[in-house]
Amino acid sequence: MTMLENIDFQLIKEIVSCICILLGVGFMFLSTIGLLRFPDFYIRMSAITKGATLGLGLILLGIGIYFNQPDILLKVLVIISFTFLTAPVAAHVIGRTAVQNRIPFWSKTNLEEFKPYLHKERLDEVLNTDKYTEEDLKSRWSDDGDE
Amino acid sequence: MNLFQSTLLIAMIVLSVCLLLTAVRFAIGPTLPDRITAFDLIVANVIGIIAIYTEFTNNEDFIDVAIILSLFGFLGSISFAYYLMKITK
Repeated sequence: MTMLENIDFQLIKEIVSCICILLGVGFMFLSTIGLLRFPDFYIRMSAITKGATLGLGLILLGIGIYFNQPDILLKVLVIISFTFLTAPVAAHVIGRTAVQNRIPFWSKTNLEEFKPYLHKERLDEVLNTDKYTEEDLKSRWSDDGDE
Repeated sequence: MNLFQSTLLIAMIVLSVCLLLTAVRFAIGPTLPDRITAFDLIVANVIGIIAIYTEFTNNEDFIDVAIILSLFGFLGSISFAYYLMKITK
């Protein structure tokens, strides 16, 4: 018991929290540099989704360790689980929108397995019956007729 | 100022620099999905800043702001992408 009394738990808590926060901030900084420097929208989005989610999780874990109370830990776990659930979903939706808006890929990206999907999407675009694009489709068909 | 507080100060400065660099991408981003992604990272950075500010001031109430912000950031990026798909489809 005397061993336990000699240990400064406050200092250990602060050191562990510091390490977690510095790691998280480092990941956040790396993902920001990735957002600024990567050549392509899809690669940038991948950097954001992985790096920022891990960095945010580590920062919040540091907070939970430092405060050392059950309610704070519960709130931190709520934020972490929500971020880990929603970041891939948002990245998936934005990536799908980007593909359908014909955002260009990087020239070195290997698209061999993706080509059938793009071909199918192009066909679906012509067969689309969405009411917002009816005029667009009519003009496209008349253009085809003229050719 | 002990080691812990200076660590928090360094973390806050680095996150602020991250926010500035993300704003640069937000300004020069060639397409609209780039800007949506940059907005996503801005929300994540602000959540991190709020968390560190909570630890800095020892006031536990600010962590609720981070919960609400994580919820609204997801809703914002999803609705941006949804209406972008609706308009250009």
